[in-house]
Amino acid sequence: MIELRHVGKTYTTPTGPLPVLIDCSTSVARGEVVVVCGPSGSGKSTLIKCINGLEPFQQGEILVDGISVGDPATNLPRLRARIGMVFQHFELFPHLSVTANLMLAQQQVLGRSAEAARERALALLQRVDLYAHRDKHPAQLSGGQQQRVAIARALCMDPIAMLFDEPTSALDPEMIGEVLDVMVQLAHDGMTMICVTHEMGFARKVAQRVVFMDGGRIVEDAASEQFFGQPASARAQQFLSRILR
Amino acid sequence: MNGLFSLGSLGNIDFSFFNWLLVRDFLLQGLLFSLALTAIASIGGLLLGTLLAIARLSQRRWLSALSAGYVNGMRSIPLVMVILWFFLLIPLIIGQPIGANGSAVITFTAFEAAYFAEIMRAGIQSVSPGQRAAALALGLTPTQSLRRVELPQAIRNMLPVLLTQTIILFQDTSLVYAIGAYDLLKGFDTAGKNFNRPVEAFLLAALLYFVISFSLSSCVRRLHARCSQSGSQSLSLTHGTSP
Amino acid sequence: MTFEWQVLLQDTGAGERYLDWLLSAWGWTLAVSACAWVLACACGALIGVLRTLPGWWRSLGTLWVEGFRNIPLLVQLFLWYHVLPALMPALRELSGFMLVVLALGLFTSARVAEQVRAGIESLPRGQRLAAQALGLRLPQVYRHVLLPQALRLALPPLTSEAMSIIKNSSVAFAVSVSELTLFAMQAQEETSRGVEIYLAVTALYVISAFVINRLLLTLEQRLRLPGATA
Repeated sequence: MIELRHVGKTYTTPTGPLPVLIDCSTSVARGEVVVVCGPSGSGKSTLIKCINGLEPFQQGEILVDGISVGDPATNLPRLRARIGMVFQHFELFPHLSVTANLMLAQQQVLGRSAEAARERALALLQRVDLYAHRDKHPAQLSGGQQQRVAIARALCMDPIAMLFDEPTSALDPEMIGEVLDVMVQLAHDGMTMICVTHEMGFARKVAQRVVFMDGGRIVEDAASEQFFGQPASARAQQFLSRILR
Repeated sequence: MNGLFSLGSLGNIDFSFFNWLLVRDFLLQGLLFSLALTAIASIGGLLLGTLLAIARLSQRRWLSALSAGYVNGMRSIPLVMVILWFFLLIPLIIGQPIGANGSAVITFTAFEAAYFAEIMRAGIQSVSPGQRAAALALGLTPTQSLRRVELPQAIRNMLPVLLTQTIILFQDTSLVYAIGAYDLLKGFDTAGKNFNRPVEAFLLAALLYFVISFSLSSCVRRLHARCSQSGSQSLSLTHGTSP
Repeated sequence: MTFEWQVLLQDTGAGERYLDWLLSAWGWTLAVSACAWVLACACGALIGVLRTLPGWWRSLGTLWVEGFRNIPLLVQLFLWYHVLPALMPALRELSGFMLVVLALGLFTSARVAEQVRAGIESLPRGQRLAAQALGLRLPQVYRHVLLPQALRLALPPLTSEAMSIIKNSSVAFAVSVSELTLFAMQAQEETSRGVEIYLAVTALYVISAFVINRLLLTLEQRLRLPGATA
């Protein structure tokens, strides 16, 4: 369903070109859960943002449900509306109530009526167990609650796939669990998911595959049992031993 | 609708009256006065403003309140009214008439002092108290802390604002029009009337004010960029890369 | 020296007292300021947005801001009053009041634009990305996500701009709009009671600024988001 072919991206800096993604190829099938991991600065976040065109890339091709992301003719807003994305810093809209956060894009992008949008929003708030907080503003919620609202906001659009960009990295340790629970549930429901995360417990539990990145390259792309059992590359072994301690 | 956007009178625009004799007879005196007024008022305002800022930050309640009253009073009245007030009051106080130009110099000095004082107060208070604590903890005396640690940071914070305020002051000198002092704008005004070319005269006035203000503010911006560069060099690297 | 406040009750020779003239002048000052502020906010928001867009839109915004910022307000007023009507006959239909509103409003719009631009640029980059990730098009991103937040951030500086506009409206004396400063100059000349006249006018300026300040602080508190700090 999502296919990356030889994706490359270079920043131009005052000191010269700086490659951030080099020849990245992989694919994600419908219903598959893929975890992307690697040391900081390895290009994971950039790669995942390329998938819905939030980051432009210069080389290669990305196909989502058969549509080319890099093609200038592609209607990017329409494509993005079909892919949910969850950010490290939640990025709820602070001036809108929780329900209004969930309704905005449904009305503006999908053209749903206010009643339909509200109904869908409240149903999803119930699913992430935040119905009671529906009239609050984001700043009145804890980090974990905000991230669950952000997941619900993405699900409101009935996405064909979900992208998670380090969804638990900005959370206090005691709140990580509640967010991961929602994600695990989502995976069991059959959602196609790509998650950039350091939560190896989550990866082991639900991921079919693990993609390991370093220095802008995909170094390893393996089934999760294999990755955790005996990673092929020395870099991945080193990374795992450090992160699992 | 016909003629709404027509520039019918554009053909009548004629700058031929503008020559060196006109500059010498009408503009030079006005330009010199505007520049002198700006210079005197900013230097005088800086001195008086420093005193006001020190008074404002003083521990003596009455001194601080006096300074605050002066600064806030000046800042809440339109400059034109301040100009009129001084023009009215100075002769009453000194007991003899004073020319518009002299009155303008005194007015702008007193007025700018209030704005400069406010900028300096904000600049000094923008240095976090932790800096003083850290300096004292290292064994520096309070005077050393002020001179070596706090003031350098405060000055760096307020310098661009002070310079910008000086450019605003230069533009504001045109308001002496209210009491008929002979400044740059008055020079263009008079020349325009004498040659019956007010349109061209005001266009040239706008152009000259723009060129002077714009080049000065470009300099300030460059200075500001150089000042802040040393503090945040890593900014360009972190921008846009993923964590 | 004694005050002679009766001067305000004297007849101006035109069948009204100086007090009546003073109050109507106050009305003109407030009317000029209010209209100019509305114009400044509308134009300023638009130009501020342009300054955050890529390409030549940004250059257009920069040109606007630099132009209106680097020419003294009084000179701009003379441009509107003496120069532009000579070049564009359509402007000759406009009253002095309208020309002052245009001059003051557009002058202030450059300063408002800078506040709006700063507000938009201070928002985390993720807000724009999150809105785009939901499928919002760029105009929708600005309309629903960036501007509501940026305008809230810009509200305190906009309050001080509103107070500046009242002060700056005093330049209207130069084109004979009968507002407070022109009243002060003319009444001072006619009555020779300058101190009383100036005191009354100054008091009205201060009161106006104070009331505007309170009104906008109330608005600021009303718009404060639940749970927001500071």
